[in-house]
This record gives sequence, C-alpha cells and structure tokens, in this order.
Amino acid sequence: MPFGNTHNNFKLNYKVEEEFPDLSKHNNHMAKVLTKEIYGKLRDKQTPSGYTLDDVIQTGVDNPGHPFIMTVGCVAGDEESYEVFKDLLDPIISDRHGGYKPTDKHKTDLNFENLKGGDDLDPNYVLSSRVRTGRSIKGYTLPPHNSRGERRAIEKLAVEALTSLDGEFKGKYYPLKSMTDAEQEQLISDHFLFDKPVSPLLTCAGMARDWPDGRGIWHNDNKTFLVWVNEEDHLRVIAMQKGGNMREVFKRFCVGLQKIEEIFKKHNHGFMWNEHLGYILTCPSNLGTGLRGGVHVKLPKLSTHAKFEEILNRLRLQKRGTGGVDTASVGGVFDISNADRLGSSEVSQVQLVVDGVKLMVEMEKKLEKGEAIDSMIPAQK
Amino acid sequence: MEEFKMASSFSRILSSKRNLGILSVVGGSVTVGFLLHREHVSAGVPVRRTYPASAEYPDLRKHNNCLASSLTPAIYAKLSDKATPNGYTLDQAIQTGVDNPGHPFIKTVGVVAGDEESYEVFADLLNPIIKERHNGYDPCTMKHPTDLDSSKLQSGHLDERYVLSSRVRTGRSIRGLSLPPACTRAERREVERVVVDALAGLKGDLTGRYYSLTQMTDAEQQQLIDDHFLFDKPVSPLLTCAGMARDWPDARGIWHNNEKTFLIWINEEDHTRVISMEKGGNMKRVFERFCRGLKEVEHLIQDKGWEFMWNERLGYVLTCPSNLGTGLRAGVHVKLPLLSKDPRFSKILDNLRLQKRGTGGVDTAAVGGVFDISNLDRLGHSEVQLVQTVVDGINYLIECEKRLEKRQDIKVPPPIKQFK
Repeated sequence: MPFGNTHNNFKLNYKVEEEFPDLSKHNNHMAKVLTKEIYGKLRDKQTPSGYTLDDVIQTGVDNPGHPFIMTVGCVAGDEESYEVFKDLLDPIISDRHGGYKPTDKHKTDLNFENLKGGDDLDPNYVLSSRVRTGRSIKGYTLPPHNSRGERRAIEKLAVEALTSLDGEFKGKYYPLKSMTDAEQEQLISDHFLFDKPVSPLLTCAGMARDWPDGRGIWHNDNKTFLVWVNEEDHLRVIAMQKGGNMREVFKRFCVGLQKIEEIFKKHNHGFMWNEHLGYILTCPSNLGTGLRGGVHVKLPKLSTHAKFEEILNRLRLQKRGTGGVDTASVGGVFDISNADRLGSSEVSQVQLVVDGVKLMVEMEKKLEKGEAIDSMIPAQK
Repeated sequence: MEEFKMASSFSRILSSKRNLGILSVVGGSVTVGFLLHREHVSAGVPVRRTYPASAEYPDLRKHNNCLASSLTPAIYAKLSDKATPNGYTLDQAIQTGVDNPGHPFIKTVGVVAGDEESYEVFADLLNPIIKERHNGYDPCTMKHPTDLDSSKLQSGHLDERYVLSSRVRTGRSIRGLSLPPACTRAERREVERVVVDALAGLKGDLTGRYYSLTQMTDAEQQQLIDDHFLFDKPVSPLLTCAGMARDWPDARGIWHNNEKTFLIWINEEDHTRVISMEKGGNMKRVFERFCRGLKEVEHLIQDKGWEFMWNERLGYVLTCPSNLGTGLRAGVHVKLPLLSKDPRFSKILDNLRLQKRGTGGVDTAAVGGVFDISNLDRLGHSEVQLVQTVVDGINYLIECEKRLEKRQDIKVPPPIKQFK
C-alpha cells in the first residue's frame, strides 16, 4: 500500500529479523529468492516515487502460492523498481524467464511482415485468434502504486491518444464509472468487459484501489482492436477476430500499437522500454514483449493424448481453458498461446504459435483417422 | 516546531524502551503525562504530492458511508499532505471507504485509524464522523466515562428459559504500536509478544493458553472451530481494503482460559479483542469476569511498562471509529419467536437502544426465532451503563414475549435519552 514517505524509515527502527516475513510455507518466485541478506540490503531503499521493498513483495507474502503453480509474488510500482530492487528482481526474472541474465539484451520486433504464413490456420479447428500485450506510459507510476490523480491523468492521456485514431482504428471509449446499462450489456456479450479484480494476487498488490475510478475500455467500431485502461497495467492492447487468420490479427496489432505509440511520444510520454527488459510492465512475468498470442482451437483427441503436455513444452506453448488463465477447457476447446515473453521478439513468439498450432491441427486430423502421430512430434524449440 | 519534533522522538523512545520509570525521572511526571495524553500531536513529515488535492479528491457520488458524508474537498485539501509520525496518511485512512461505496440501507463508517495519532492528525475528518456515528457525541467538548466496576450491575441474572447465552466483548490497543491497518510485521509481532506475555500471568479461573495461528496443529484447530472460537482471515472488503489482512497469519492467534469463558483474539481487526461468555443468562457473572480479566491484563502489561490506548475524549482507542469509547458489545442469544414477528419489534429495540443480529453475528440472519440482541451505543456511556441497558432491555423484551404467550398486549417503551 502506498504509505507516506516516513513509514519505511519508521520500520528501520526494527531489526531485519523482526521485519523479515515468514515465508516457510510459501511457494512462489519471491519466496525462493528473498533472503534476510537481500531484505537487509534493500529495505532502506525507495524509488523516487517512494515505492519500497515491502510494497514490492506484499502480494507474495499474502499469497503463499500453490504446490503446482509457481506465481511470481512481486510487482513493480514504477519503472525504477526494476533498478532499485534489482538484487531481488534479477534472480526472479532469471527463474521465470528461462535463465535470462542481467546482461542479456531483449529484441523487439513489431514488423508484422517478418511473420511467415499464419493466414491459413484451418477455421474448422481454429475458432478465434488473438494477440494481447501491455504498455506502460513513461513518467507515471504503475497500478500498484499510482494515486487517483495519476490514474486519471493516465486515463485522460490514453483517451486523447485513442480517440485520435482513424480508419480501421476509429473507435470509442467507455469509462467504467459512467457506462450505461445498455453499453455494459453489449460489452459483456462482446466479451470485452473486464471486471474489478477479485484475485488476491492483484488485490493484495493494491491494483483494485479506488475502483472503478479512471478505468475504462476503448474499442474500434469494427470490434477487432481493444484497449483496457488502468486494469492490471496502464494499457492492455488486444487484437482479435473469429477464425484462424492470425496473420491479419498480428498485422492489426502491430500497426495499431505503433500508431498509438507515436501519439504518446508526441505528448512526451512514450512507452516504458529498455534494451535489457524490453517493455516494462507491472508483473515481472510480462516483461519483454508482454505478448500473449493465442488461439481457441478444437483438439479433443490430441488433448487426451499421453504426449500432449510434452508436445506443448517442446513447441514452447502453453494451454489454458477458454475462460483464460486458471480456467478449464470446455468441449475439447483450448486456449493455446506462447509461453515465453522475455528474450525473444514479438514476431518469433507469434511465429511459434502459428507453426505450433498448425502442427497440432495436423496431429488432430491424423488422430481422427486413427493414425499415430509419433513421427510428427517435434524437437525442442 | 522544535519542541514538537522532540516530543515525537521522545514518544518513540517511550514506545521502544517501554520504561516510563526513566522518563518520569528525566522529565518529571508532567512530561510523562504530556506524552501519554498526546494532546498536542505533531503531524509527521509532510507527504510528497505530485498532483493538487483537487486532482486526487475521490469520486464519492455513488457512495453511502460516513466518509462520503463528511469528506468535503476542503477537508481533503487540508489534510491530504499530512501524515502521522509513523507515516500513515489520509489516503490510507479513507481507502476502505473509497473502495466500498456502501449499501443503501447500511451506513458503514468508511475510515479507519492507522495509529493513535490518526485521531488527532485527521481530527477535522474524524470528529464529524464520530459525531454522526455516535449520536451527536462531540469529541471537542464532551468527555467519555469509563466504568468497569461490575458490582454496580443490577438484575443481571436473565431468565434462562429465554436467554441461551450471554457475552460481552471489547477491544484494546497497545499504546505506542501502530494499529492493524498500518502496523509493520515487527510491530504486529510485538503486539503478540506483549499480550501473550501478559496473559501468561493470569491465574485462577483465568488460567489459560495461547494458540498461534501459524503454529496451531490440526487437532487444535478443529477444537477451536468446534468451540466457535476460531477466527478466519478476513474476507470482508471493508477490512481487506484497509490493509488489515496483510501478512496473514503472521502474529495472529487466540488465547482462552481453560474453562473456555474468557477469550482473546490477537491481531485480527484490533490489537486485541477481549470476550467473556458463557451459556445461560448470568450476565452478572459474565460482566464480572470481563471487568476482572481486563483489569488483570492491564496490570500485567503495566508491570512491563506498557499501557492501553485511552484518552478522556475518546475513551479506548480502536481501529474503527465505530468502536471508540467502550468498544463494548454486550449481548445475548435470546428466544423471541412471538415478539420478533410483532410489527413493533424494531421500534421497541430502537427505543431500548438495542440492535438485533442473527446468531452468526453481524450480517447474518436469525434462526428459529433466536436473536443476538446487543447494545447499539459505544461512546459517551460507560461500560456499566451499557451493560445495564442491555440487561434492562432484555428483561423488558422477555416480559413482552411472556405477555404475547398469554395473548396479552405489549407496550412500546419510551425512548432512552440521547445526546442529540
């Protein structure tokens, strides 16, 4: 919680052992990395906006985690958090992002023409295609920390930028707090509306404060490009459509993002980005591209095959239910998306999805005919 | 300003050294009295703000709570850059009220205190809220009476054909340590240590044991659930949005005596919640044990240089402004199947200054005509007065029920006088 400036100094009257959290029953990345030494070293630090170590780790202290699912257990309050608390965050980033080192450089590639294929995924199997990412606006603190004044300023700037778009990106903003019932109904049926976060992973990090003040949804008239304002990140940008033309979705995604970025730069508030961590977002798990490109695909036979998990692993893909993260699949339909975020570019991550899904659909067809798929199982990507 | 800054650091020494003896030698008893009563509390270092107050003022147009009624833009502007010496700010105090717009029928408070000094530093907001919530009690002009002399209670044996159980609860805060919305892990652990140490000194019928939430065995947990003693991690957003569930279950626990009639919750919504209870209608004995136990615990912590947060304007200082004064809720589970169906029931309760709840506590429904009936008021009346109100009121309600059983009519009693 954003305490006043003196609160962190007040804590220093107590010894490290007295303040160090009890993480004995915890299973998350923060609990694995945080030692008394690191705590002692970082606890008297603050970012320029006043974000402290205890702020970073509160969500991980409050949510011990799950034996099977490794949550991150920490958040950034601003861009500087990743610098000031590097001794904690670098090892966490390394654990979460496949050994990514503090000296590694991240490649950003939003040139949709570099994607090969992706326009021919079989629509009998691939029901919809979607690409999402997040963007943080430089000069403002992030959702765990920002005040009402800041959040409103972010909203105002975002709305200015988005409402200046034209062509296929012409659209409208719906602020959560003044939405009419009719508008709300429509946004729900379009599957666009986001709810007040209930997950304690988010609420313990302070991201739901002052709801619904400063939050809203913008989408284009065609309903193929959508931006969430002030949910878990400053902006979540989503391109989606029915069917299997991921190529078209990715193109719209890249073009739209670049248009938005230009407008923010003109206002002297570009996106937070650096060459080590790529795009800076609230959760360390979303660093790099922040990109999740995925499809809803029917794989009733393949999903029950003994090697399904292994195939996904080798293709660097992950599965979710059709309700998104932490949901179950329904009727053999899965949400399949890229597992990686940091250390590879947008183009390469979407390429993995396109190639991987194409392969899995072929495997599904083979299984339908009663044929084996062992020869098709790919090498580790 | 200099002497105020020194006063703050002295009060810090007071809380960290916990030895009034030293201070009274150095500064004389007047200094100690000055610091203990905290009449002139300085605000901490001003809070760094990037945006003007008008840009930060919360949108309370859809809100129905005491915060929304009292927080004007002018008061917000005046207080938004202040912090208590521990660093607690206005935005934190009001966060729970901003996040929880309230209910058309139930007016919640919407503000909490992070420490004792909150009631001073944010007095411009809290005093009108206290006045609204406590029926016109004005902290600027009135004094709150404290009276824990249980011998004064009369007619405290209630009819056990109707009264199933009797209970008195209150809260106590340890002076010098921040309250649950603001406390650090170290402070919370210190509260636990101080209180558990003191409770270990209780004797006779008050001898008991502490069960820490982090170290409880499964068997102990089951027993505490069966006894209806165990408290859960708060799920109500009124509490979680105020930061009271942070670091759960670190430094939380339950102490109770071997007879299971005196129970203390540590670090739930307040530093301590103290509960005396037993089956049946002997409210006199429940209240006697309550007062005795509280005084014993107070002596035990004073021996070690600690004391409870108390002052003559606000009585016992607790996290929620609604619990100031006595922090006392005295109640019974009572069978009133006929009276509860009478259309005059609510009015009778109102006039007797009583409230009804279901047998699961606040926000639950009654089962089988059995109600939890307790005092409405907390501040401006003493403990003895409030428990007497409950005893007199329950006796009246039982008389009504008996009359209705005999098909006789009942009367709505005249209202008890209030401040307004």
